[in-house]
Amino acid sequence: MIDPQQIEQERPYLLRYALAQLRERDAAEEAVQETLLAALESQGSFSGKSTVRTWLTSILRFKLIDGLRRKGKEKLFESLEDEADDGDFDGLFAQDGHWREPVRAWSGPESQLVSKQFWEVFEACSKVMPRRTAMVFAMREVMGMEIAEICNNLEISATNCSVLLYRARMTLRECFSTRWSREGER
Amino acid sequence: MRLSCREASRLISAGMDRPLSAAEHLKLRMHLLLCGNCRQFSQQLALLRNGARRAGEGVE
Repeated sequence: MIDPQQIEQERPYLLRYALAQLRERDAAEEAVQETLLAALESQGSFSGKSTVRTWLTSILRFKLIDGLRRKGKEKLFESLEDEADDGDFDGLFAQDGHWREPVRAWSGPESQLVSKQFWEVFEACSKVMPRRTAMVFAMREVMGMEIAEICNNLEISATNCSVLLYRARMTLRECFSTRWSREGER
Repeated sequence: MRLSCREASRLISAGMDRPLSAAEHLKLRMHLLLCGNCRQFSQQLALLRNGARRAGEGVE
Protein backbone atom coordinates (compact mmCIF):
# COMPACT_ATOMS: atom_id res chain seq x y z
CA MET A 1 0.00 0.00 0.00
CA ILE A 2 1.18 3.52 -0.74
CA ASP A 3 0.78 6.22 1.85
CA PRO A 4 -1.92 8.59 0.47
CA GLN A 5 0.32 11.44 1.60
CA GLN A 6 2.95 10.19 -0.85
CA ILE A 7 0.40 10.37 -3.66
CA GLU A 8 -0.81 13.83 -2.62
CA GLN A 9 2.70 15.28 -2.55
CA GLU A 10 3.05 14.62 -6.29
CA ARG A 11 0.13 16.98 -7.01
CA PRO A 12 2.32 20.02 -7.89
CA TYR A 13 4.39 17.99 -10.36
CA LEU A 14 1.28 16.48 -11.97
CA LEU A 15 -0.38 19.88 -12.20
CA ARG A 16 2.66 21.26 -13.97
CA TYR A 17 2.58 18.32 -16.39
CA ALA A 18 -1.15 18.74 -17.11
CA LEU A 19 -0.85 22.52 -17.49
CA ALA A 20 1.91 22.10 -20.04
CA GLN A 21 -0.38 19.95 -22.16
CA LEU A 22 -3.74 21.65 -21.64
CA ARG A 23 -2.72 25.22 -20.88
CA GLU A 24 -6.00 25.76 -19.02
CA ARG A 25 -5.78 25.76 -15.24
CA ASP A 26 -9.30 24.46 -14.51
CA ALA A 27 -8.99 21.58 -16.96
CA ALA A 28 -5.52 20.73 -15.63
CA GLU A 29 -6.68 20.71 -11.99
CA GLU A 30 -9.63 18.50 -12.91
CA ALA A 31 -7.38 16.02 -14.74
CA VAL A 32 -4.99 15.88 -11.77
CA GLN A 33 -7.84 15.42 -9.30
CA GLU A 34 -9.20 12.52 -11.37
CA THR A 35 -5.71 11.02 -11.53
CA LEU A 36 -5.20 11.14 -7.77
CA LEU A 37 -8.62 9.60 -7.15
CA ALA A 38 -7.92 6.84 -9.68
CA ALA A 39 -4.55 6.22 -8.02
CA LEU A 40 -6.10 5.94 -4.55
CA GLU A 41 -8.69 3.51 -5.89
CA SER A 42 -6.17 1.34 -7.72
CA GLN A 43 -3.22 1.29 -5.35
CA GLY A 44 -3.12 -2.48 -5.71
CA SER A 45 -1.90 -2.09 -9.30
CA PHE A 46 1.24 -0.24 -8.17
CA SER A 47 3.97 -2.86 -8.36
CA GLY A 48 6.76 -0.78 -6.87
CA LYS A 49 8.93 -1.39 -9.95
CA SER A 50 8.74 2.30 -10.87
CA THR A 51 8.59 5.40 -8.68
CA VAL A 52 5.22 6.69 -7.45
CA ARG A 53 5.72 9.74 -9.67
CA THR A 54 6.24 7.64 -12.80
CA TRP A 55 3.18 5.53 -11.97
CA LEU A 56 1.00 8.62 -11.38
CA THR A 57 2.31 10.28 -14.54
CA SER A 58 1.31 7.30 -16.64
CA ILE A 59 -2.24 7.44 -15.18
CA LEU A 60 -2.41 11.17 -15.92
CA ARG A 61 -1.08 10.71 -19.45
CA PHE A 62 -3.84 8.21 -20.27
CA LYS A 63 -6.42 10.62 -18.84
CA LEU A 64 -5.10 13.48 -20.96
CA ILE A 65 -5.07 11.38 -24.13
CA ASP A 66 -8.61 10.18 -23.34
CA GLY A 67 -9.70 13.76 -22.83
CA LEU A 68 -8.22 14.80 -26.16
CA ARG A 69 -9.98 11.91 -27.89
CA ARG A 70 -13.29 12.87 -26.30
CA LYS A 71 -12.89 16.46 -27.42
CA GLY A 72 -12.40 15.01 -30.88
CA LYS A 73 -13.85 17.32 -33.44
CA GLU A 74 -14.35 20.27 -31.14
CA LYS A 75 -13.07 23.41 -32.82
CA LEU A 76 -10.04 24.22 -30.71
CA PHE A 77 -8.27 26.76 -32.83
CA GLU A 78 -8.61 29.47 -35.38
CA SER A 79 -6.95 29.50 -38.80
CA LEU A 80 -3.56 27.91 -39.30
CA GLU A 81 -2.32 30.81 -41.38
CA ASP A 82 -0.11 32.44 -38.76
CA GLU A 83 1.47 29.16 -37.76
CA ALA A 84 2.11 27.57 -41.12
CA ASP A 85 5.19 29.45 -42.29
CA ASP A 86 8.65 29.26 -40.81
CA GLY A 87 9.74 32.84 -41.47
CA ASP A 88 10.56 33.21 -37.78
CA PHE A 89 13.74 31.25 -38.39
CA ASP A 90 15.07 33.48 -41.17
CA GLY A 91 17.62 34.85 -38.71
CA LEU A 92 19.21 31.43 -38.26
CA PHE A 93 20.00 30.95 -41.93
CA ALA A 94 21.97 33.01 -44.44
CA GLN A 95 20.62 33.94 -47.89
CA ASP A 96 22.00 30.73 -49.38
CA GLY A 97 20.10 28.63 -46.81
CA HIS A 98 23.15 27.62 -44.76
CA TRP A 99 23.48 28.16 -41.01
CA ARG A 100 24.46 31.72 -40.23
CA GLU A 101 26.31 30.70 -37.04
CA PRO A 102 28.03 27.40 -36.25
CA VAL A 103 25.68 24.96 -34.50
CA ARG A 104 27.23 24.34 -31.10
CA ALA A 105 27.24 20.76 -29.81
CA TRP A 106 25.18 20.04 -26.71
CA SER A 107 27.87 18.43 -24.60
CA GLY A 108 27.49 15.54 -22.15
CA PRO A 109 26.15 17.51 -19.16
CA GLU A 110 23.77 19.48 -21.38
CA SER A 111 22.33 16.33 -22.91
CA GLN A 112 21.47 15.22 -19.35
CA LEU A 113 19.89 18.59 -18.62
CA VAL A 114 17.34 18.37 -21.44
CA SER A 115 15.15 16.03 -19.40
CA LYS A 116 15.93 17.68 -16.04
CA GLN A 117 15.07 21.18 -17.25
CA PHE A 118 12.47 20.16 -19.80
CA TRP A 119 9.32 21.42 -18.05
CA GLU A 120 10.87 24.71 -17.03
CA VAL A 121 12.10 25.46 -20.56
CA PHE A 122 8.93 24.14 -22.20
CA GLU A 123 6.74 26.40 -20.04
CA ALA A 124 8.84 29.48 -20.74
CA CYS A 125 9.06 28.64 -24.42
CA SER A 126 5.32 27.92 -24.70
CA LYS A 127 4.69 31.59 -24.00
CA VAL A 128 6.28 32.54 -27.30
CA MET A 129 4.85 29.61 -29.27
CA PRO A 130 1.32 29.58 -30.67
CA ARG A 131 -0.92 27.38 -28.53
CA ARG A 132 -1.50 24.76 -31.19
CA THR A 133 2.22 24.50 -31.99
CA ALA A 134 3.05 23.80 -28.33
CA MET A 135 0.16 21.35 -28.10
CA VAL A 136 1.21 19.39 -31.19
CA PHE A 137 4.73 19.10 -29.76
CA ALA A 138 3.42 17.92 -26.39
CA MET A 139 1.11 15.36 -28.01
CA ARG A 140 3.89 14.00 -30.23
CA GLU A 141 6.99 14.20 -28.07
CA VAL A 142 5.75 14.18 -24.49
CA MET A 143 2.75 11.87 -24.81
CA GLY A 144 4.17 9.87 -27.71
CA MET A 145 1.01 10.01 -29.84
CA GLU A 146 1.10 8.95 -33.49
CA ILE A 147 0.90 11.60 -36.21
CA ALA A 148 -2.39 10.24 -37.60
CA GLU A 149 -4.03 10.53 -34.20
CA ILE A 150 -2.77 14.08 -33.67
CA CYS A 151 -4.04 15.12 -37.13
CA ASN A 152 -7.39 13.54 -36.42
CA ASN A 153 -7.72 15.21 -33.03
CA LEU A 154 -6.79 18.67 -34.20
CA GLU A 155 -8.30 18.36 -37.67
CA ILE A 156 -5.12 19.30 -39.48
CA SER A 157 -3.32 17.65 -42.39
CA ALA A 158 -0.15 15.61 -41.96
CA THR A 159 1.72 18.36 -43.83
CA ASN A 160 0.49 21.03 -41.41
CA CYS A 161 1.34 18.78 -38.50
CA SER A 162 4.86 18.37 -39.84
CA VAL A 163 5.27 22.15 -40.19
CA LEU A 164 4.04 22.76 -36.63
CA LEU A 165 6.41 20.13 -35.25
CA TYR A 166 9.31 21.68 -37.16
CA ARG A 167 8.45 25.10 -35.72
CA ALA A 168 8.12 23.73 -32.19
CA ARG A 169 11.41 21.83 -32.37
CA MET A 170 13.26 24.84 -33.79
CA THR A 171 11.82 27.14 -31.12
CA LEU A 172 12.55 24.78 -28.22
CA ARG A 173 16.05 24.11 -29.49
CA GLU A 174 16.66 27.86 -29.54
CA CYS A 175 15.25 28.21 -26.01
CA PHE A 176 17.63 25.56 -24.67
CA SER A 177 20.62 26.95 -26.59
CA THR A 178 19.96 30.51 -25.43
CA ARG A 179 19.57 29.41 -21.83
CA TRP A 180 22.83 27.46 -21.83
CA SER A 181 24.85 30.12 -23.59
CA ARG A 182 23.63 32.61 -20.94
CA GLU A 183 24.59 30.22 -18.15
CA GLY A 184 27.97 29.70 -19.81
CA GLU A 185 28.64 33.44 -19.76
CA ARG A 186 28.18 33.68 -16.00
CA MET B 1 20.27 19.30 -56.63
CA ARG B 2 22.05 19.75 -53.29
CA LEU B 3 20.16 20.55 -50.13
CA SER B 4 20.68 23.76 -48.20
CA CYS B 5 20.97 23.51 -44.41
CA ARG B 6 17.50 25.00 -44.07
CA GLU B 7 16.01 22.29 -46.30
CA ALA B 8 18.06 19.65 -44.48
CA SER B 9 16.76 20.86 -41.10
CA ARG B 10 13.17 20.42 -42.36
CA LEU B 11 13.94 16.91 -43.59
CA ILE B 12 15.64 15.97 -40.31
CA SER B 13 12.50 17.03 -38.44
CA ALA B 14 10.17 15.33 -40.95
CA GLY B 15 12.17 12.11 -40.65
CA MET B 16 11.24 11.95 -36.97
CA ASP B 17 7.57 11.64 -37.88
CA ARG B 18 7.39 9.74 -41.16
CA PRO B 19 9.63 7.53 -43.29
CA LEU B 20 11.54 9.69 -45.78
CA SER B 21 11.32 8.77 -49.46
CA ALA B 22 14.38 7.09 -50.97
CA ALA B 23 15.32 10.35 -52.73
CA GLU B 24 14.90 12.45 -49.56
CA HIS B 25 16.88 9.93 -47.56
CA LEU B 26 19.75 9.90 -50.05
CA LYS B 27 19.91 13.70 -50.33
CA LEU B 28 19.88 14.10 -46.56
CA ARG B 29 22.53 11.44 -46.06
CA MET B 30 24.82 13.12 -48.57
CA HIS B 31 24.25 16.49 -46.91
CA LEU B 32 24.97 15.15 -43.42
CA LEU B 33 28.21 13.56 -44.61
CA LEU B 34 29.46 17.00 -45.57
CA CYS B 35 27.81 19.24 -42.97
CA GLY B 36 28.90 19.18 -39.33
CA ASN B 37 26.36 21.87 -38.38
CA CYS B 38 23.45 19.75 -39.55
CA ARG B 39 24.87 16.69 -37.80
CA GLN B 40 24.89 18.69 -34.55
CA PHE B 41 21.36 19.92 -35.26
CA SER B 42 20.16 16.36 -35.85
CA GLN B 43 21.70 15.28 -32.56
CA GLN B 44 20.04 18.18 -30.72
CA LEU B 45 16.59 17.21 -32.02
CA ALA B 46 17.21 13.62 -30.90
CA LEU B 47 18.18 14.87 -27.42
CA LEU B 48 15.11 17.10 -27.35
CA ARG B 49 12.89 14.12 -28.15
CA ASN B 50 14.61 11.97 -25.56
CA GLY B 51 14.28 14.69 -22.91
CA ALA B 52 10.61 15.27 -23.70
CA ARG B 53 9.83 11.54 -23.59
CA ARG B 54 11.63 11.12 -20.26
CA ALA B 55 9.80 14.14 -18.85
CA GLY B 56 6.58 12.64 -20.23
CA GLU B 57 7.23 9.46 -18.29
CA GLY B 58 7.89 11.39 -15.09
CA VAL B 59 11.59 10.49 -15.14
CA GLU B 60 13.93 13.37 -14.31
